[in-house]
Order: sequence, then structure tokens, then C-alpha cells
Amino acid sequence: MSKQLSFLRIIGYTAILFALCNLFFWLGQPGLTDQLGELSLYNSLFPGRSRLPYGENITESYNLTLNNIPAMFASHKISREKSADEFRVLVLGDSATWGWLQTAEETVVAQLNEHKLQTADGRQVVFYNLGYPVLSLTKDLLLLDEGLNHDPDMILWLVTLESMALEQQGVHPLVQENGRRSAALGLEPDSPAGEEPWWAETIVGQRRDLADLLRLQLIGPMWAATGIDQEFPDQYDLRQNDFENDAAWHGLLHSDLISRETVAFEVLTGGLERAKVPVIVVNEPIFIADGQNSDVRYNSLYPRWAYDQYRKMMANHLQELEIPYFDFWDAIPAAEFTDSPVHLTPAGARQFARLLAEALGDKIEIINNDPNRNSPNNS
Amino acid sequence: MNFDLALLGIAAVGALIFNFFVPQSWRESFLLTVSVTALFWLQPPLPIRWSGFLLPFFLLFLVIWSWWLTKPADQRSMDRQSWQTLAIVLGLVLLLACVRYLPPGWRPTLNRPPGIEVVGALAALFALFMWLIQGKKVERFLFGMLIIIGLFVMVKTEWIVVQISTVWRTLANQNPSLAASTDIFWLGFSYIAFRLLHTIRDRQTGQLPDLSLQKFVSYTLFFPALLAGPIDRAERFSQDWDRMSELTADDWPRWQKGLTRIVQGLGKKFILADALALGLSLNPTVATQTDSVFWLWILLYGYAFRLYFDFSGYTDIAIGVGILFGIELPENFDRPYWQSTITAFWQRWHMTLSSWVRFYVFSPLSRTLLRRKPRPSPQLIVFVSQMATMIIIGLWHGITINFLIWGTWHGLGLFIHKIWSDRTRKWYRQLQTYPRRLLLWTWFTRFITFHFVVIGWVWFVIPDFASAVDLLGRLVGY
Repeated sequence: MSKQLSFLRIIGYTAILFALCNLFFWLGQPGLTDQLGELSLYNSLFPGRSRLPYGENITESYNLTLNNIPAMFASHKISREKSADEFRVLVLGDSATWGWLQTAEETVVAQLNEHKLQTADGRQVVFYNLGYPVLSLTKDLLLLDEGLNHDPDMILWLVTLESMALEQQGVHPLVQENGRRSAALGLEPDSPAGEEPWWAETIVGQRRDLADLLRLQLIGPMWAATGIDQEFPDQYDLRQNDFENDAAWHGLLHSDLISRETVAFEVLTGGLERAKVPVIVVNEPIFIADGQNSDVRYNSLYPRWAYDQYRKMMANHLQELEIPYFDFWDAIPAAEFTDSPVHLTPAGARQFARLLAEALGDKIEIINNDPNRNSPNNS
Repeated sequence: MNFDLALLGIAAVGALIFNFFVPQSWRESFLLTVSVTALFWLQPPLPIRWSGFLLPFFLLFLVIWSWWLTKPADQRSMDRQSWQTLAIVLGLVLLLACVRYLPPGWRPTLNRPPGIEVVGALAALFALFMWLIQGKKVERFLFGMLIIIGLFVMVKTEWIVVQISTVWRTLANQNPSLAASTDIFWLGFSYIAFRLLHTIRDRQTGQLPDLSLQKFVSYTLFFPALLAGPIDRAERFSQDWDRMSELTADDWPRWQKGLTRIVQGLGKKFILADALALGLSLNPTVATQTDSVFWLWILLYGYAFRLYFDFSGYTDIAIGVGILFGIELPENFDRPYWQSTITAFWQRWHMTLSSWVRFYVFSPLSRTLLRRKPRPSPQLIVFVSQMATMIIIGLWHGITINFLIWGTWHGLGLFIHKIWSDRTRKWYRQLQTYPRRLLLWTWFTRFITFHFVVIGWVWFVIPDFASAVDLLGRLVGY
């Protein structure tokens, strides 16, 4: 009988302990999961990652997609201490910036660092890749908001029209799962999670997110050993060169207008206002097709009318806001695009980085020499 | 089907039913039914038509035939219980074959069986085969062992498997050019074959206790030990089996012992081994992706511990589940990496396999060599016996050059250790009078032994010779 009691007692104690752990975890919310995300073996036991974690096949890419933004940053080398002679530039953008089909050394940001730019006062310009493979300015704003905690001196924001499409803004899990952060920025995910059950904030409810945090640490040695953070397919389909005679863009037709009202321009200006440091906006290069109906469309993403209007709008509005703006839309030859109209080959990324470095060289000097241009608000 | 928590959940429910609801007199039949079903159910799906059903079916026949061979000579005919067992087994097989007629989503097994008439015909064919050879004046034990060893060599040799797959694909009207070594994955065969060899050899030497068909089939196919052993001995299994009717459902210490063991195994397998597999374990791909000598060593250490936690975790789960069903399987691991000699390592790593090979290869071979005239030198006898033992252990994992080298590496290690310990016995005795020096020496030898084993794993983890040599070179900075 005593053995039976002992056995049942063990089971009982285990259940009570588990319930208590869940209770304390629940009491620690909101914020405990984010705080746990900040605990990281990267930048101490393993080197920090060159780009934010993203990957579907963890065993091949030694990388994974997760929605805990502090954990994403904690694994990135942005979280290492800033040295006195560093001029820190955060580079925001989509998959083209993150470096789709490029190794960590081949990305635009890595190539930019190869140029070893210096500020007028002699500080080394270090670019940090905060690109993320989602076309959404809202996602950029969330990452910018977290990035501002890492003492940047400047923001380089690479954008394209597609990331401004209104319906693209709140659909990604990164935006939806960070509802509180989005709300704090005045943003609203497309499909808010709604009223979640009370246990959603317990260990049981957060088990998948907690497992992701653990997995991110577990794959650290593989990243450290191999430097690999992306799975490369053996083959991929090249970006489309021939199209249907279709001039629509996200439901807008030629008769419509690409304007601040029809795209998420306000998210961009929200970011510009929020950044306490100078921001440079860059319109990233796109593939320009020469195939069937290429007189209607530049590529599979953009009809010509929409993209032309977008460029004009960006130039005008950013000039009004006195935000430095570079338009590199046609700067890279068509042969240097891979599987999408914005993804560059390593050689294309190198060319783009060279153009950016040349353009930024003067700009960084101007910004640092002009105390009145510390933020867009002051300008 | 891979081992997962759902499978364990089913086993747990099965244990509850077995202990609380199955009448004591039915428990043996219940266990037999579960084990035979598990043989078919756990068989992973295979690309060749019907092969996923026919392989376990053939294995079942092999088991029954082995029992037939190992029957005591005075029991020429089958008794009533054996006929009942045969009826249960045949009925089960035909029942499992009937799942063919269920819609795909409703099939409890992953493999679609052939038609019931094909299964029935094959069963009749096997019965005819047994009947035909029973009166022949062949050395039945030798014949049985040769058949099992032959099959073992076939399924462990990649080239032969591809040839079999090519023929089988042709017969099944499938593209023979797609034949691959992965086409024929025979679940549990490595373990079952060694259990069968043990019973046949022990019958030949008169050491095997009388085993009913029910007990024999349940012993060889005992479901917790199907996937990854351990290799139990029939006489030990028989003792637990005979006590099965005495089991009581409210035997809480037994539940506690079994569940504790399962939890330990789950921790080892699903937490430690899987975590290491994810982020800190060498594999052929990552070996080519890593340039740093430091990280290559770290990943190799990770692989060594992953292998241990994975395998010993499985064993813990198998032992735990076995306890819940009243069968206490033998231990397979006992802190192997903590040992200070390679001999001690092999007494604690995959213990049931190493003791099997020691019992059926090392000891008989040593005795044979000792009886030779002129008698070879003791060192030669030890060398030949150690090498043969370890090479067989190596080839048990697969007949490849790398497993051969792995076995040879360990055989040489054991031989060198034997020579060393013979020559330093006096010195070692003196060392024991100096506790600090002894402690230092023990740590040193523990370090050497561990690294000897770890370096050996290179041949285990890397599938081809050139890549393994390349990795060994890179591990020392070349």
C-alpha cells in the first residue's frame, strides 16, 4: 500500500509542480516570453548570426523561422557590444536584403561591409543585415523598433513597391504573432488573433514558441561550425520574363493612382518619424523583362504604370520630407536576377553594394557633419 | 513506422489492458498477438509492391521454421498448444492481409498487403517446404544457421540488396532501374536473426530449454525489442514468461520501475539525442561543410553522445515497456564512455550484442585454436579471436568497408590492450598502492579510451572510405 501511495504521490507532485510552473509563467506575461528570447548563447558561445533567423528546413539550413523578435535579435551580431569607433547602420529590407539564394558573405550588406566605409570623424561604418524575407513595411517597422534598442547611428531602408501593398502589411505570422508590438506602433495585423483563451499565455499555450527558442540555440553549433544559414535548392525557376496582358496591381488598375492613400506609405513615414537617427531610403533594383507583354509589365510583380507612379510618388514625398532617397530601380542588369524580380545573384548583390557604397560615402559624411540632420523630425 | 510518442502511448494503453483486463490465462496469447501484429505494423512502408507485408511475413515464417528446427527430437509432432498458436498466428496474418480491402485512410498498417489468396498460398507453400525438408537427412541445425546467415549477408550487403530489389521490381511490374538499397528495409531482422542463431546453436549443443511455439515466437518477436534490441537470451526470457500468470495488476513497484525506465529513455532519446542530432552531431553532410578542426571535434563528440543517448534511450524504453508486460529485458549499456579500457568499454556498450558474439564467436574460436596442433601462440589465438569477434560486430551493422575497418579498429584496440595489461600487470598492482597516481592514471586512460572510441566513430558515421580518411586527416589539421 505504501509503495502505491509513493507512486501516486510522485505523479501528484509532478502534476502540481507542472501546474505551478504554468501559473508562474502566466503571471510573468506579457513580456516573459520576450525576456526569455533575450537569453541567447549567440554572441557568446557561438558567433552572432549575420542575418535574422529564417528557414523552413532546420536540418538543412541550420536556421529556423520564429516570431520572437527579441530572440531573433539576440541571435544576430547586432546584439554584440558596439565599439567606440563603430558607426552602426541598420539595413532594413525584404528577402533581397536578407540575401535569398546568397550565402551570408554574398549579401548586399556583407558586400557593403567589404567597402570598409568610414565616417568623416574616422569611425568604421558597420552595416547590419536586418532584412527579412517578407514583403511588408509593417514587418520592417517592427524590426526597426527593436533595432533602435541596439544603438544605431543610421538606418538604411531598402524598399520596393510590393512591400507597400496594403494587403501585404499584416498577413505574416511575424506581424500577427507580435500583436502587442504592432499595436504599440499604431499598426494592426490583418487577422488579429482575437480573444485568446486564458491558457494561451501558459507554458502549454506557448510550447511551440518556447520550443523554437530552444531550437534556435540548439542549431547554434551548426551555424558556428559551417557558417551556413540557408538551404540552397539544387535548381530553381528563373524569374518570369513573359507575361499575360495584365496591368492590374493588387486590384488597382491603370485608371487608379498609386498614392499615399493606396499604398502603405504611412507605415514608411511612421518609421521615419520613429527613428531617432538619420534614415536613408533606397528603392531596390528590380528585374526589367524584355519578353512578351513587357511593354505592359516590368516583371511579374509590377505593371509599368503602377511602378512608374510609385517611383514618382516616392521621389516627391521623400523630397518633401527631406529624407535622403536613392532610386536604384534599373541599376542592375536583368541577367543578375534569380528566382524573383527582386532577388539578386551574388554578382548582382556585389554591383548593388558598390553603387550603394558610392552613394552612401558622401551621404554619411554629410549627415555626420550636419548636427541639424540628426533625425527626420529635425530636418 | 518510426518510433514516436504516439506509439509509446499505444504501448502504455496496451500495458493497462494487459495488466488490468486480460485474464491471467490469456496473457501469453495476448503478448503473442501483440508481438506478431507489431512486426507487421512497425514495418516502414516500402516502394516495392507488397514488400512491406511480405518481408515481415517471411520473417514470421523463418521464426516458425526455426522453432521447428529447434524442437526437441523426441517431439516429432506438434502438440495441441502449438497447433493453437499456429492457428492464432495464421489467423492474425490473414486478418492483417484483409486490411488490403479497407480504404487507405482506414488501414492500421502502413503497407498494403497482397490479396488474401496470395497470402494463403504463400503460407501453404511454406508449410509444404517445412514438410518436405523435415524428413531429409540434412544437418538441420547447420542448414538453419546457414540460411539465416545467408539472409543476413544478403540484407546487409548493399549490392545484393539492389540486385534483389531489381528482380523484385521486375516481378512486381515496377521500374527495375529505380532499384535502390533502401527498397528493402527489413525491420528488426538484425536482432531477430541473432536470436534465431542463438536458439539453433543452443539446441545443437543441447543447452536450449524446451520452448513452446508460443513462447518461441514471442521471444524472437517480443515487440518492445523489435526496433533496437536488446538481444535477450531464450532461457532468461523463458523464466519471465513462465511467471507471467503470477503478475498482478496492482504491483505498483513494477509499474514504478517500468515507467521510470520509460521516462529515462524518453529523456535520453527525445531530449538529449534529438537535441544533439539537431545541432551538435556530425553527419556526412556537415562533415563536408565544416572546415574548423575545433568544430569538427566538437561535432564528433556530439555524435558520440548522440549515438549513446539515442541507442540507450531506445533500450531504456524497451526495457521499461517490457517490465510493464512482465518481461525484464537485459541491460544493454552501462556508462560505456566512463570506462578506462577498451575492454571495459565493450563490456558496457551494446552489451547483449557483444556478449552474444563473445559467446558464439570468440569463445568457440579460441577453443578451436587452442585445440589445434601444433598449438598457435597465445597471442595469435587472442589476436585472431578478438579480430574475428570485432569484425563480426562491425559487419553486423552493414557489410561495408567502413564497418569492416571500424571492427578492425576495435579488434586491434582490444588486442593491444590485452598485450599491454599482460605486460604491465605488476606495475599496475604497484600503482594501486598510490591512490593519487592511480586516480590520475585512471583519468588518463579514461581520456584515451574515450578518444579511441570517438575516432572509431568516424568509420561509423561516414559511409565511404575516402570521405572517412579525409575527415580523419582534417581532424588532425591536414
